[in-house]
Amino acid sequence: MYKVLVSEQLVPNIHLLKIEAPTIARKALVGQFVVVMVDEVGERIPLSLADWDAEEGTITLVVMQVGTSTRKLAALKADGCILSLAGPLGLPSHIERFGTVACIGGCYGIGAIMPLARSLKHLGNTVISIIEARSKNLLYWQDKLQQVSDELIFTTGDGSSGYKGWAYDPLKEMLEAGKKIDLVFAYGCTFMMRLISEATKSFGVKTRVALNPIMVDGTGMCGVCRVSVGGETKFACVDGPEFDGHEVDWELLATRRTTYLEEEIRSLQRFECQQWYFETSKAMEARVERKA
Amino acid sequence: MKEKPELEKEKKTKPRVKMREQDPLKRIRNFEEVPYGYTPDEAADEASRCLQCKRPTCRNGCPVEVDIPSFIKLIKEGKFIEAAWKVKEKNALPAVCGRICPQEIQCESLCILGKKGEPVAIGNLERFVADYEAEKGGIQIPEKPRPTGRKVAIVGSGPGGLTCAADLIRSGHQVTLFEALHKPGGVLIYGIPEFRLPKVIVEREVEYIKKLGVELVLDAIIGKLYTVDELLNDKGYDACFICIGAGLPIFLGIPGENLNGIYSANEFLTRANLMKAYLFPEYDTPIKRGERVAVFGGGNVAMDAARVALRLGAEKVYLIYRRSEAEMPARKAEIHHAHEEGVEFLLLTNPTRFIDDGKGNVCKVECVRMELGEPDESGRRRPSPIKGSEFQIGIDVAITALGTMANPLLTKTMPDLKLNKRGYIIAEEATGMTSKPGVFAGGDIVTGSATVISAMGAGRRAAKAVNEYLKWRY
Ligand SMILES: Cc1cc2nc3c(=O)[nH]c(=O)nc-3n(C[C@H](O)[C@H](O)[C@H](O)COP(=O)(O)OP(=O)(O)OC[C@H]3O[C@@H](n4cnc5c(N)ncnc54)[C@H](O)[C@@H]3O)c2cc1C
Ligand SMILES: Cc1cc2nc3c(=O)[nH]c(=O)nc-3n(C[C@H](O)[C@H](O)[C@H](O)COP(=O)(O)OP(=O)(O)OC[C@H]3O[C@@H](n4cnc5c(N)ncnc54)[C@H](O)[C@@H]3O)c2cc1C
Ligand code: SF4
Ligand code: SF4
Ligand code: FES
Repeated sequence: MYKVLVSEQLVPNIHLLKIEAPTIARKALVGQFVVVMVDEVGERIPLSLADWDAEEGTITLVVMQVGTSTRKLAALKADGCILSLAGPLGLPSHIERFGTVACIGGCYGIGAIMPLARSLKHLGNTVISIIEARSKNLLYWQDKLQQVSDELIFTTGDGSSGYKGWAYDPLKEMLEAGKKIDLVFAYGCTFMMRLISEATKSFGVKTRVALNPIMVDGTGMCGVCRVSVGGETKFACVDGPEFDGHEVDWELLATRRTTYLEEEIRSLQRFECQQWYFETSKAMEARVERKA
Repeated sequence: MKEKPELEKEKKTKPRVKMREQDPLKRIRNFEEVPYGYTPDEAADEASRCLQCKRPTCRNGCPVEVDIPSFIKLIKEGKFIEAAWKVKEKNALPAVCGRICPQEIQCESLCILGKKGEPVAIGNLERFVADYEAEKGGIQIPEKPRPTGRKVAIVGSGPGGLTCAADLIRSGHQVTLFEALHKPGGVLIYGIPEFRLPKVIVEREVEYIKKLGVELVLDAIIGKLYTVDELLNDKGYDACFICIGAGLPIFLGIPGENLNGIYSANEFLTRANLMKAYLFPEYDTPIKRGERVAVFGGGNVAMDAARVALRLGAEKVYLIYRRSEAEMPARKAEIHHAHEEGVEFLLLTNPTRFIDDGKGNVCKVECVRMELGEPDESGRRRPSPIKGSEFQIGIDVAITALGTMANPLLTKTMPDLKLNKRGYIIAEEATGMTSKPGVFAGGDIVTGSATVISAMGAGRRAAKAVNEYLKWRY
């Protein structure tokens, strides 16, 4: 059992969890992830390490609610428990002094690029962080990123804050204007990572992406996380999750991620029904008590 | 003088007491165990067939040399609990081995009765006494030995790791068992399905070694969370036994293999067994319930995958194997059960490519017929494709059960550990000793995919060697 120390909503649908996990915190490196199983009936899902503190013995996860498992995680309160937590998994990002590096984050990836930007900055790189969201109220961790970036650009789909558009737009503008960027990292949803990779390809700027296929064990045992990179099949949990974005077969990744679409919807509906039932019966009980 | 041979003859001709089983039509819709087990009378009856040979050949067939005639004699005398203890002197997991040892190529293959008729059902009897003890006996916890002050780390909680842990704790060492997954048991938990090995049996054995005092650390992926060097140098362990199995799935390497609906047997069985996906949506992990399922391979893993697919509701399950049934490495009982349950065997057949439905899902597999040529190094006749014999089968789920390879996750972090060219750890057979001082290894990660009992044998031999090593070193 792993104790949840902090549980808070960062923005609608995105949740932060700080968990007691001293052994993982001591070993964690940039770019790695953990596999989490909330409860006895839960699914094993991979989540990136958004932060960790070896002294305090904690790790921080940023969770975007998309289905049953992420809902369950977001519903945990401080002092709650997670049944199983394994890691740190995956190969760490290769970082060194590259020069100017763009760190691009979207949805849960805003959390995941923070430690990356921090390390890059620490090694003396010029860090340009670009984060994207649909709207202003969905951006988070601007302050944290500000501290570890030389330049921070926000983009919002509706233009409510910062640049109107997606992370892809200012990046492309910079490249077109001839700005020298030595390396790009993109963490977040599949679609964003693909767009960024396509944008940088014509400029010949190396782009590293953190792939997010379905996983189970995270140790190379099942093969469900297979992705195709440079025409070769790789297991993302042990060979990645970070790969060269220009070599990834994005179509395959997107398709494989939809394997359980029907089942996921069923599972979520069931979970929501249960939650509703639970909430209603609690409300009823309260009413009965008040009457008595 | 004259009567005795008569009596012997009668014994020889008496047929084996069959174990009652769930009806095939009923069992393909549930995950309950297939055979019901013997009643005490049936067990005594079967035991009475044993000739109590002076030089029992059966024992030579058992990799851990269970004292077969003695335990069978105790059954005959109605001393079932004592019989269980007798087995346990050599084999720590009789309830498991009785069920899943390939007896027909081990102990039972050498039973003298097999020459004229059916051999004694040694496996069934072993299962009976173990279940009887668990139900009636109240499992005994031996007295705590004097602590030696030495610490041993065991990596991997499969049958090999469990056996080694049980032996070492009895020698008075402090033992920690590290397991990567959230449940202990290795293949016994994630691979072999409930209907063949009920999980309560494995849980019972794990409880037992916990009661003996073994510390179990789950979610501990060695190589990631700690390296073996850290265990030995910083964490104060005096020796380490590596028994991590051979867990890397092999794929066919043919076009279309990454389509949706194509599983490795490891993934399919892990979802079904470890994650209980057959109970979805009560359990959160999903699994594709195919209507027409193709399984590739001819070993136990393939049989398990095929029979799980049936139980998930498949209308048709094809078992596609490139050699003939005689060459199948699976236990005879599993092949028989698969036939009974209606799995369709497509023998001398090999897949050549998968075809998609335009949306990324597999919808067909193309196969080619094979013919057997000259025997290869393994002594089995080598299959080769017959040109122009290609044909297609409509499927919506495919499962590859072609065996596994060594997972390099841990060994990669140990540059000073000698591996063979296929990535398995090189270890001395009699002791499990590796090229690295204080590090022992055994089970599938040394031998390649083998059997539960051979992994247990390796665990036991390593425990002995670790004992010697600790004595020598301190
Ligand atoms: C290396 C890696 C790091 C990740 N880091 C984060 C993170 O930091 N924060 C975050 O919110 N999300 C992260 N994800 C994605 C996250 O794992 C999925 O969103 C989550 O598993 C969805 O589970 P669910 O039950 O809530 O949703 P579901 O309804 O089950 O699924 C929603 C979608 O998520 C994907 N998914 C489903 N099951 C899995 C699974 N077992 N493994 C991976 N993806 C799955 C599928 O594409 C699916 O369509 C990461 C994924 C990977 C591979
Ligand atoms: C589906 C299936 C059916 C089978 N049927 C039979 C049968 O009927 N009869 C028979 O005799 N044999 C059968 N076998 C083979 C038998 O199960 C294996 O030979 C046996 O389990 C090997 O035992 P082991 O202890 O070496 O490893 P395993 O049982 O593979 O256990 C290894 C354990 O180590 C853990 N591990 C791996 N890496 C690490 C790490 N880095 N850190 C920590 N832990 C780690 C794994 O999670 C696992 O729990 C079957 C195998 C399968 C897959
Ligand atoms: S352990 Fe296996 S091989 Fe040995 S006697 Fe028992 S069933 Fe036979
Ligand atoms: S060889 Fe057969 S008959 Fe003889 S002791 Fe062994 S089990 Fe009994
Ligand atoms: S998640 Fe199972 S092999 Fe990668």
